[in-house]
Amino acid sequence: MTTDAADGTAKPRVTLARVLAWWPAILLAGLALCAVLAPWLAPFDPDRQNLLARLKPPGFEARGVIFHLGSDELGRDVLSRVIYGARVSISVAVLSVLLSGIVGVAVGMAAGYMRGWVETVLMRLVDVFLSIPAILLAIITVAVLGPGFGNVIIVLALTRWPRYARVAYGQTLVIADRPFVRLSRAMGASAPRVIALHILPNIIGPLLVVATLEFGLMVLFEAGLSFLGLGVQPPTASWGSMMSTGRNYVATAWWISMFPGLALFLLVLSANLIGDRLGDRIGKG
Amino acid sequence: MLRFLLNRGGQALIAAFGVVTLVFFIQRLSGDPTALLLPETATQQDIEAMRASLGLDRALWVQYLDFLWQMARFDLGRSFVQNASVWDIILSRLPQTLQLAAGALAVALLIGLPLGLIMALTRGRAVSRWIMGLVLACQSMPTFWSGIMMILVFGVWLRWLPTSGIGTLAHLVMPSVALGLLSLATYARITRAAVVDELSRDYVRSARARGAGTGRLVRHHLLCNSMIPIITITALEISQLLAGAVIVETVFAWPGLGLLTVQSIAARDFMVVQAVVLLGAFVTIGANLAADILYSIVDPRVRLGAKS
Repeated sequence: MTTDAADGTAKPRVTLARVLAWWPAILLAGLALCAVLAPWLAPFDPDRQNLLARLKPPGFEARGVIFHLGSDELGRDVLSRVIYGARVSISVAVLSVLLSGIVGVAVGMAAGYMRGWVETVLMRLVDVFLSIPAILLAIITVAVLGPGFGNVIIVLALTRWPRYARVAYGQTLVIADRPFVRLSRAMGASAPRVIALHILPNIIGPLLVVATLEFGLMVLFEAGLSFLGLGVQPPTASWGSMMSTGRNYVATAWWISMFPGLALFLLVLSANLIGDRLGDRIGKG
Repeated sequence: MLRFLLNRGGQALIAAFGVVTLVFFIQRLSGDPTALLLPETATQQDIEAMRASLGLDRALWVQYLDFLWQMARFDLGRSFVQNASVWDIILSRLPQTLQLAAGALAVALLIGLPLGLIMALTRGRAVSRWIMGLVLACQSMPTFWSGIMMILVFGVWLRWLPTSGIGTLAHLVMPSVALGLLSLATYARITRAAVVDELSRDYVRSARARGAGTGRLVRHHLLCNSMIPIITITALEISQLLAGAVIVETVFAWPGLGLLTVQSIAARDFMVVQAVVLLGAFVTIGANLAADILYSIVDPRVRLGAKS
């Protein structure tokens, strides 16, 4: 890719180094692709048990089939389960970020725009939610609602919307005071129109930064809940629950816990790096 | 000062009231709390007795006021599963969690602060970028994964440290590091930002002009002035550590509040789960209040600003 250096054209060269500088985005896209293409990428059915090939190390070969990353305590292929696990992690994180983002931004903008008692009530509510450590709030809610895919998303959204509300509120206060917004209101624009047309487009940047960082956090939370047995339920492959079983076999079969953890780490790392760079560009909320 | 204290104290009380209300309504989300409060083996008779003792036949607002009054007296109730007072159960586990949290905080402060300082002093250079990469890695590391990997390397392969349980200082090392990594990253980043901020001030330039070396500058000027964000973060980190303890204690079979929570969920002992959550929230509120007060002592501008 560096061979075009000699022809002297002025267009920016696509060098290997430049492409590699984007590695967090490439990594994230790769993991997302794994999630989407799981049925085609995974060598085996992630739930297929093979009791004759339990706890086999990576590279183990039996009657023509290879367990590239080893097999777990029920003889399921770890590689296939890691690939399918990406589906759970990414879909839970995306949906909970969307849900909490929509709720939080709506609350924050309403408080920042309407002021008065609405502001007091809503922002006090935000304070209350933020005073309960998020994981504890998630645990108690799951304990009441019961575990499962849908409930995990609801619980994560319930615990995280105040973060967006804070940022949206602060930003709305700043923007709502700008001359163009005041003019628009003076000319008779309705509140929903001002919010949708003038405020939202101007506060979306910092909110995107928060959402990216929250994505990483949601992946960690989902895995944490699944690790504790409160998340997505077996036999569905989830990185958190894989590590939970792996913990019991760490002395004999380290690969069960190492590979899902590595995937999790890379996913969160790439989201955090992207969030950090966005934050440097756009400015943190 | 008194006005400031009353104001912040009032805010903390409102937050605590809100938390109790929130927990009450979460408890009712399922419709019938008796199902949560009794073990699965409970008979119909037990359920009826429980209904009566909880006063579930009364109006919702009466039950709510009752719950508030109970909390105002710090009455956490009884665990029907363990047949013991919830306070006794919690107090028996609290020391272990405090020990773990202290260990983690020590790891985070002793490593995170110097890393942040080095990053700020070498900013723009390769060293700084490498440390930042390390910090980001710590931040993205799932606690349960780093915990399991440490068990694998130091417990199973090298046999340097015990893999689980409590007792000696050696038992405390791995859980503290696992729990402290995330806070370490936070401290490093906050310290870096605070010191970079201070470095651009005039007084630093004049100190340099007067011939102060980097060592003197750090000791006499930078550390003191960078303390404010670090104090605030410590208040936030304490609640982070409490929450993180749930997972770390599960990984290392550390018999503290976190493991208690997980065990109580499995045993359907909702009274204990609820008590731990309330306790975690109260500690968070208390820590934030303490940070605000400490703040106003370190930096009187905060107090004066609040007055106007």
